[in-house]
Amino acid sequence: MTMERAVAPAQRAVDILGGDVSESALKGYLDGLPGVDAVGLEQRAAGLGTRSIKTSSKKWALDRIIELIDLTTLEGADTPGKVRSLVAKALVPDASDLTTPRVAAVCVYGDMVPHAVEALGAAHGDPDQGLVSVAAVATAFPSGRASRAVKLADTRDAVAAGADEIDMVIDRGAFLSGRWGQVFDEIVAVKDACRKADGSYAHLKVILETGELNTYDNVRRASVLAILAGGDFIKTSTGKVSPAATLPVTLLMLEVVRDWHRWTGERIGVKPAGGIRTSKDAIKYLVTVAETLGEEWLVPHLFRYGASSLLNDVLLQRQKLASGRYSGPDYVTID
Amino acid sequence: MTRLAVPKTYKLYLGGKFPRSESGRTFEVRTPAGEFLANAALASRKDARDAVVAARGAVSGWAGATAYNRGQVLYRVAEVLEGRHAQFVDEIVQQEGVSRAAATAQVDEAIDRWVWYAGWTDKFAQVAGNANPVAGPYFNISVPEPTGVVAIVAPQDSSLLGLVSAIAPALVTGNTVVVVASERFPLSSISLAEVLATSDLPGGVVNVLTGSPAEIAPWLASHQDVDALDLVGAGDLDWVALEQAAAESVTRVSWPEQGPDAAAPSLERIRQFTETKTVWHTKSLL
Repeated sequence: MTMERAVAPAQRAVDILGGDVSESALKGYLDGLPGVDAVGLEQRAAGLGTRSIKTSSKKWALDRIIELIDLTTLEGADTPGKVRSLVAKALVPDASDLTTPRVAAVCVYGDMVPHAVEALGAAHGDPDQGLVSVAAVATAFPSGRASRAVKLADTRDAVAAGADEIDMVIDRGAFLSGRWGQVFDEIVAVKDACRKADGSYAHLKVILETGELNTYDNVRRASVLAILAGGDFIKTSTGKVSPAATLPVTLLMLEVVRDWHRWTGERIGVKPAGGIRTSKDAIKYLVTVAETLGEEWLVPHLFRYGASSLLNDVLLQRQKLASGRYSGPDYVTID
Repeated sequence: MTRLAVPKTYKLYLGGKFPRSESGRTFEVRTPAGEFLANAALASRKDARDAVVAARGAVSGWAGATAYNRGQVLYRVAEVLEGRHAQFVDEIVQQEGVSRAAATAQVDEAIDRWVWYAGWTDKFAQVAGNANPVAGPYFNISVPEPTGVVAIVAPQDSSLLGLVSAIAPALVTGNTVVVVASERFPLSSISLAEVLATSDLPGGVVNVLTGSPAEIAPWLASHQDVDALDLVGAGDLDWVALEQAAAESVTRVSWPEQGPDAAAPSLERIRQFTETKTVWHTKSLL
């Protein structure tokens, strides 16, 4: 993990807004963002989705998709055993083909972090070095409806248990009522709670839950807000609300990240999550990232898929490419 | 006043819907005299792939339905088929160039066979199953269960009767079907699909591909999620290679049949795509 990249909470807002970060300064800044051309955005996303990726490019794309997956289990019925099998799958996605790369991370609820860390053992670490990190959802995921004290305790708990990445949800109620300062403060506080004993920070992914934000303008504002407050990643959705990740919303967030990179030179990550189930869909996202931010963004510390069933479909496609015949669900694990 | 005719677009039948081929390809269907009849969709391997996915998704519902319910649904298909009798006769006359009497006889026979197979749904287990005698205080019962997804190359010399004779027996026990229709006479298969789509048969239970069996069959044969392969109409293909490809994933295979009696109604046609499950159950009270 490139921890040194992570900035101190709210430092970006101080740099951009200057001196004291007040609610009115924040509001003025976010209100000043240009509106989103919804028709143009959707057409651009649809156009990027029509690219045909064949043979060797497809093989590369499938392997890269696996390397970018946050293999996720976020069910009320999760058990330590289920987390162990998830980790086993993260380490060896396809036992019939050991050339299959590992996924970037496993994503679990906070109380499952110790089990994930234990199961990973020596394989726990930076996905850029071929290891698998542990991401935990925190801050009263998925609704975010809890007091700040509870959210911060939730976060500290997961970090102390060994989580390398924290997926937090923003308070959509506060955001939609225009209390942006409150959302900002909360992200800053959670970022602060991500501080580990050694002084580095767990990576913070800020879930905007775009399915509840209603407009593209809101998505853009929330993206900028999350980045200003110190988010290392902006993530579309919890996966518990429909619609979850869509291509236009992800494209919009990628554009915010692109603009941010132009302004400041700083690289922010993007994580579409929820509803990406097929290789075909995942490749569309790959194309969109490459066309918007460039191929250098297709690395685990800058782009992730939040997905549970996607991996199996990618494995089936991989098997088809290798054997020349269609594979079936009998040849991958039941998760 | 002259009226502008409204010709039908013959598409595929996948998962209860009528999509065009993913490839966008079509081919011309002509009468034996060479007259243009219609454009039919020329299915690609990806359509076959989609069909298998649809068929797999439909297995649990169709196999899980009670035998009585499956019988009701299949009988309903026969009823709707009867109502469209004239349309099928017209299509067969046009495609095969046979007399109306011969076409009528074919449609009648197809409906009768469908009813015959429909009747077997809740009777087949009694015939093919058994209570086995064992030396112990147990019931030992064998029952036939559906194999799963059955890929069929329909008889190529018949438009409706061959197709019905191949599909219906596979459906009886709860299998789902991906069928490659007759290449020369594909129109009746899509009209039959319209009957199936309006007869309470769940989407995906039957999936119809029109086009070239020589192109599609190898993909279905080697497909690892196909459980059984009925090559009844594959006599003109390299069917031994198809059987070899199917063997890679332990797929059940039934061989080609030729002549007017191909796929004649029989209990064997039902039984060939079943698996016998044997269970022991304690008698507990003696």
